[in-house]
Amino acid sequence: MGEVRRLLPPTDHKSLAVSWDRVVERGFDKAYQRVLDMGSDAAIAEVTASGIMGRGGAAFPTGRKWDSVRSSPGNAKYVVMNADESELGTFKDRVLLEQDPMGPLIGLLIAAQCVGARQAYCYIRGEYREVEAALSQSIDILRDKGWVGKGTVEIEVRRGAGAYIAGEETALFNSIEGKRPEPRVKPPFPTVRGLFGAPTLIQNVETLANVAVLFAHDVKWFRQYGTSATPGTKLVAISGHVNHPGVFEVPFGTRLQEIIDADDLAGGISGTGHLQAVLLGGAAGTFLSSAEVAEVSLDYGPLAKYGASIGSGAVMAFDDSVDLIWVVTKLAHFFADESCGQCVPCRIGTQRVLEILQDGNTWQRESDLRDLGLAMRDASICGLGQTAPVALLSMLDRPYLRRFEMKGDEHVGE
Amino acid sequence: MGNSITLTIDGQSVSVAEGTTVRAACEQVDTFVPTLCWHENLSPANACRACVVEVKGSRTLVASCSRVAEEGMVVETNTPRVENARRVVAELLTSTTDYSTAPQLMNLVKLSSADTDRFSGGANWEQPVKDDNNLYIRDLAKCILCYRCVEACGDDAQNTFAITVAGRGFNAHIDAGFGRALPESDCVFCGNCVAVCPTGALMGKTEWTLRSQNKWDENQLTTTETICSYCGVGCQLSLHVLDNQIVKVSSPMDHPVTQGMLCVKGRYGYQFVQIEDPTPV
Repeated sequence: MGEVRRLLPPTDHKSLAVSWDRVVERGFDKAYQRVLDMGSDAAIAEVTASGIMGRGGAAFPTGRKWDSVRSSPGNAKYVVMNADESELGTFKDRVLLEQDPMGPLIGLLIAAQCVGARQAYCYIRGEYREVEAALSQSIDILRDKGWVGKGTVEIEVRRGAGAYIAGEETALFNSIEGKRPEPRVKPPFPTVRGLFGAPTLIQNVETLANVAVLFAHDVKWFRQYGTSATPGTKLVAISGHVNHPGVFEVPFGTRLQEIIDADDLAGGISGTGHLQAVLLGGAAGTFLSSAEVAEVSLDYGPLAKYGASIGSGAVMAFDDSVDLIWVVTKLAHFFADESCGQCVPCRIGTQRVLEILQDGNTWQRESDLRDLGLAMRDASICGLGQTAPVALLSMLDRPYLRRFEMKGDEHVGE
Repeated sequence: MGNSITLTIDGQSVSVAEGTTVRAACEQVDTFVPTLCWHENLSPANACRACVVEVKGSRTLVASCSRVAEEGMVVETNTPRVENARRVVAELLTSTTDYSTAPQLMNLVKLSSADTDRFSGGANWEQPVKDDNNLYIRDLAKCILCYRCVEACGDDAQNTFAITVAGRGFNAHIDAGFGRALPESDCVFCGNCVAVCPTGALMGKTEWTLRSQNKWDENQLTTTETICSYCGVGCQLSLHVLDNQIVKVSSPMDHPVTQGMLCVKGRYGYQFVQIEDPTPV
C-alpha cells in the first residue's frame, strides 16, 4: 500500500505551511466551522465514532478522554498540545509541525471548544526552536482571524528546557506551572485534576492533527485506512540501518516488513543488508527479531502478542553487525540521565542497570536484571521508570538475539 | 467523612470511610504495609515505593500511602510482584546509602529478605557530612530522598521553602539552593526537617557529636515532658536527657498544638536551662 498522506500534507499542495491559505487548502477552516455548528456533543460523538486513539504512545480512545474532561466539574478547563517530543528515534511531531502546523493547531482549537476550555497551551521541546517559531507564527495567523484570543480560546506556547521527563503529561503540567517537572501520582487523572488543578485535556501533536483531518472530512473518509480496531494512519519515524530513514505516514495494519522494504518507504536494509532486529517504539520500546518483523503488522492487537507496542512510532532498524547489548547500554545511559530522581526504582534502578550492562555482566546477571527490571516496571511512579527496562527485558526474552554473547570481552563493556 | 466504602484486602472485606487511603485501610485490619517516605503528618510523597500493593485491574503496582480506597477495590499486599518490588527497593536503597541509623529501612531489609550486596559495588552516595551550623548537620550519605524534609519545610508545616530537590536521576539530592550552606540559605532552623527525617541524614548537632564520640546511648536517654516557655502558643516539648543534660528536644507527633513541629527557640533554645552560673554579671 505504501505511503499515504493525510496527516502530512499532499506533496502537490501549493500553499505555504505557515499561512491562512494552507488552512483553506486543507479544509481546516470548514472543519472548525463544522465543529462550531454541530456543537460539542455531536463533535465528541464523531471523534468517538472515528476510533482515533492517542498517538503519544498510550493509545487511549480520544473521544472517551474528551467526554471525561467535558463532564468533569470545574469552571476553568485547559487543553494542552504535547509537543515535547523527546523519545529516542522519534521525530514525527517535528516533521508534522514543520510541514503542517495548522492541522494540530486547528485540532487544539476543536478540542478546546469540545471540552469547554478557554485556555490552551502548546508545550514544545526546547530544542525545536525553529518549529516553535513556525508554531507561534501560525498562532498569530489564527489570532488575526479571530480564532485565537481572549474572547475565544487563547493559545500560549511554552518551551521545555531539555528534560525528557517533562514530556510525561503530569510532569509537563508541573513544568507549565513553573515547578520542577516531576510526575504526579495518578489517580487523580489529568481529565479530573490536571493543569493548575483543573480538568485538563492533553494530547499529542499527531492526535490533534488526526482530529483536524477528521473534521475536514468525515468518519467514513477517516476509516478508509487502517484496521477496524485501529482506524486511520500513523506517522512512523524510521532510523538506523535503512536506505531511506525518515518520517512516513502509513495506514494502521501495514506490515512492518513492508514499511522497512517498500521503495516509497524505508527502502530496505542498508549496512550489511541483513536485518537483525527492530527496536519498535523508541528507547522504551521492544526489540523484534527479523523473523518477528516479518510476521507483525502495525496495529496494537497483533503487536501485543509479541509484547510490543507502537509507542511513539519510532522504528529503529539494526543490521546483523550491531551488538544489541551495546544498544541497550546506550538506552540505559539515556534513562539514567533522564530519570527525574523522584522514586527509588527509577532513580537508583536506572543507574544499576547501566552499571551492570557497562560491566559486561548482562548474561551472568540475567536474573538480577530481570528482578530489577520487573520492580522498575511494576513500582515506578511514571511511564519513564515503568518502561525504562522494557527494551532490555525484551532482549532477555529473545535468546536468539544473543548472537554476540560468545564473543566475550571484545564487545561487552565498550 | 460521610459515606463508607467496602474493599477487599488479602481476601478480607473491610469497610472504611470514604477518602481513606489503601494504607490506612490496611492498618485498620492489622495488615502491615511497610513504609519509608510516608509520615503521619505529611502529605504522601509516593517516592520510596516500599508501600506498593497489587490492585486488581491495575497494570502497575499501586502506592498504598496515597491511593484512595475505592468501592469494590481488590487489594493484595503479598503477591510475588509486591514482594519483588519491596525487596528490590530495599536492595537499591542499601546499595546507595548508609542506613546505619535508619530503623525503618533496616526493617524493610529484614522483612523483604533483601540481599544488601546484590546491587552494591557501583556508584553510591558516600560524601562528607555537611557541618555548617551549630544546630543540625546534613549527612547526605544517609539520605534516601524521601521528601519528608522538603514537605515539612514547605506547605505541610513550616512554609519556609528553604530546601528542595536539585539535580536529577541518581544525582538528585536535597539542596538549600545553589549548593549553599544553611546559614546562607533561607533556612530558619526550626529543625522540623530533622524531626521527620527517617534515616539520621538530618541530625541535631548535639546528638551527632555525641554519636561520633560513642556517647549516645538510647537506653540511658530519659524524656521529660514540658510546655515551651518562650511564648503563649503552648507547644509541648519532650526534653531528651542524657547524663542530666538536655541533648535533644522534640514534640509528640500527635500533639494537637504542634503536630510534632516546633520553632527554632523551642527546638534548639534549651541551653539556658543548663547553664549553672550562680553569679550573673
